[in-house]
Amino acid sequence: MGWHMQSGEEIYNDTVVRQFTIATVIWGIVGMAVGLLIAAQLAWPALNFDVPWLSYGRLRPLHTNAVIFAFGGSGLFATAYYVVQRTCHVRLFSDALASFTFWGWQAVIVLAVITLPLGLSQGKEYAELIWPIDILIALVWVAYAVVFFGTIVKRRVKHIYVANWFFGAFILAVAVLHIVNSIAIPVSWTQSYPVYSGAVDAMVQWWYGHNAVGFFLTAGFLGIMYYYVPKQAQRPVYSYRLSVVHFWALISVYMWAGPHHLHYTALPDWAQSLGMVFSLILLAPSWGGMINGMMTLSGAWHKLRTDPILKFMIVSLSFYGMSTFEGPMMSIKTVNSLSHYTDWTIGHVHAGALGWVAFITIGAIYSMLPRLYGRERMYSIKAIDAHFWIATIGIVLYIAAMWIAGVMQGLMWRATNADGTLTYTFIESVRQTYPYYVTRFVGGLMFLGGMLLMGWNVWRTVVPLREPPRSRCRHRRTPEEAAMKHELIEKNIGLMAILIVLVIAVGGLVEIVPLMFQAQTIEPAPGVKPYSPLRLAGRDVYIREGCYGCHSQMVRTLASETLRYGPYSTAGESVYDRPFQWGSKRTGPDLARVGARYSDDWHRVHLKNPRDVVPESNMPGYPWLSQALVDPDQVEKKMKVLALMGHPYSEEDFAGARAAVTGQTEMDAVVAYLQGLGVTPKEAAP
Amino acid sequence: MMSGIFTALLLALFVGVWAWAWGAARRQPFGEAAHLPLEHDAAAVPAREVRP
Repeated sequence: MGWHMQSGEEIYNDTVVRQFTIATVIWGIVGMAVGLLIAAQLAWPALNFDVPWLSYGRLRPLHTNAVIFAFGGSGLFATAYYVVQRTCHVRLFSDALASFTFWGWQAVIVLAVITLPLGLSQGKEYAELIWPIDILIALVWVAYAVVFFGTIVKRRVKHIYVANWFFGAFILAVAVLHIVNSIAIPVSWTQSYPVYSGAVDAMVQWWYGHNAVGFFLTAGFLGIMYYYVPKQAQRPVYSYRLSVVHFWALISVYMWAGPHHLHYTALPDWAQSLGMVFSLILLAPSWGGMINGMMTLSGAWHKLRTDPILKFMIVSLSFYGMSTFEGPMMSIKTVNSLSHYTDWTIGHVHAGALGWVAFITIGAIYSMLPRLYGRERMYSIKAIDAHFWIATIGIVLYIAAMWIAGVMQGLMWRATNADGTLTYTFIESVRQTYPYYVTRFVGGLMFLGGMLLMGWNVWRTVVPLREPPRSRCRHRRTPEEAAMKHELIEKNIGLMAILIVLVIAVGGLVEIVPLMFQAQTIEPAPGVKPYSPLRLAGRDVYIREGCYGCHSQMVRTLASETLRYGPYSTAGESVYDRPFQWGSKRTGPDLARVGARYSDDWHRVHLKNPRDVVPESNMPGYPWLSQALVDPDQVEKKMKVLALMGHPYSEEDFAGARAAVTGQTEMDAVVAYLQGLGVTPKEAAP
Repeated sequence: MMSGIFTALLLALFVGVWAWAWGAARRQPFGEAAHLPLEHDAAAVPAREVRP
């Protein structure tokens, strides 16, 4: 090597890495604790306590946001900053901007913790945060990109290590996804309507949702894998060449797979088929990456016996392989017709989220934390081993319970008698699921227990040391560095960034843009009108309470579904739905055609305390809806924003809006909304 | 027609990336890059390092 070690002359910015690392552990514990609470609520609905901000529908987005963006996000910031400095041999581009990303990201999380339980939500899964927070996220993300790519630009080694490619693609793709999916027109500081509606919104949402998995939860964590697995095993990655092919293949294929969340729905068939084909292809790059990570240990497998940190990493790769096999299988339309909307999906997600994302993050933190604090190793290696086993058994319990529950639900929903009638009512499938919800709770409890053990271990490793080593040294630019500064801004990283954006843009453009011009998706079905003022208010309450977390509004083109719920849904029915409410899970039944099925009084009793009319229901009660009045001032403003986006409201509609909702409770509004669901097209059908 | 052309193009690109990655010219630089995580990782950075 052509350099001399002159210790202390320049120092990496590890302050921000330490901050994000500790934040990862804390938010991990918080996010998983909320997950445990909502898992318990599904098994024991009394735990909703009839308190609005403790209600399942509001806490479920808090759980998903906390584990994905607070735990996973902080972990990605920490590791990306750690890795990019060490593989570029240079300090982070800007300390001030790096510090802004930390405090900005923590502010986003704290705002999420406040707003989501208050019911302030945009109603799109994994993108619930209201628009002012979305803007803060965008600002932090731009700063993140500047710090990360700025560091690569001023690097002092020739190569850009492959982990940085994955981190870079993750940062760029998430910026594109977040901005495109979040475009909305505000009604007030806390409410907005998306510019997309119905089927187009569904496609944009699952293009976003699937690629949040692909880039946030996969590419970013593959970046972690490509640095920390070789580091911990003390061997270079099995095949660097394979990692290059892995990278380009993965990022070019992922963007196309989103429509597999919308099989048999009102999304046009061509988009569904594209989604399925690319999901199947995705198996190849995914397994290429998994094999590359696993084989890094080839010749050093014995290390697994003594190093629990390596165990975390290798088992995370096993779960990655398992999930990326399961995912393509579930995207096959016939398999999906069984698995979709059931708890199988929840099992699949958690095999990936706990087994892959959390395990590789935990492994990376155990690996780098002692280095960050000048320790030789973690305080207790035995505790790491114990954490590994508790967490692994917890995951197995969790996913096995959800698999069995999901397959059972899918089979019960489609079972028919010899005379062609349905064998089971929906509530019978709920009753059969309770034992699995309890098992899942136990698995989750074990996983959280492991995280608490980690918290203790981190505490004992960090706290005895008041001052982190060498943290007060200042960065001094060497003369050579100053002279070379301009030369260093070389084309490579810019070219790579452009290529990455091109590759990820193609899939989304091909699948989303044609939908915006296809009559089938943008023209209202006969008889479908914009929402009346009272129903619009009711719909917003439905979104606020997170009803879409458990109820779909999409009768798929399957015989068992039309038998149970009525005629299949068409895209023309949801052209005035901003955001779309097709849903992704049926913990309760589909509601697309629930209108006029029950009396208003039944709905009122049911919403107040579901168990008064359906004893085995696990739905939360919403007694507070009867006490709150609809705000007449907001309704006209909402309608005007919707009119701006083409909803055909007349001047008369605006004039009568206030009177239509004055004195009405939120309960009245929700009941009106539900009673109109699917009514018009059903009557219009021949 | 369009989808056929597009598929062929993607396939060619895929083969191209393989050929590039497995090319003899890439052997040495990839080998050097692969060792980057195994180098020093303390907080101190080598001060005088000139990129070739």
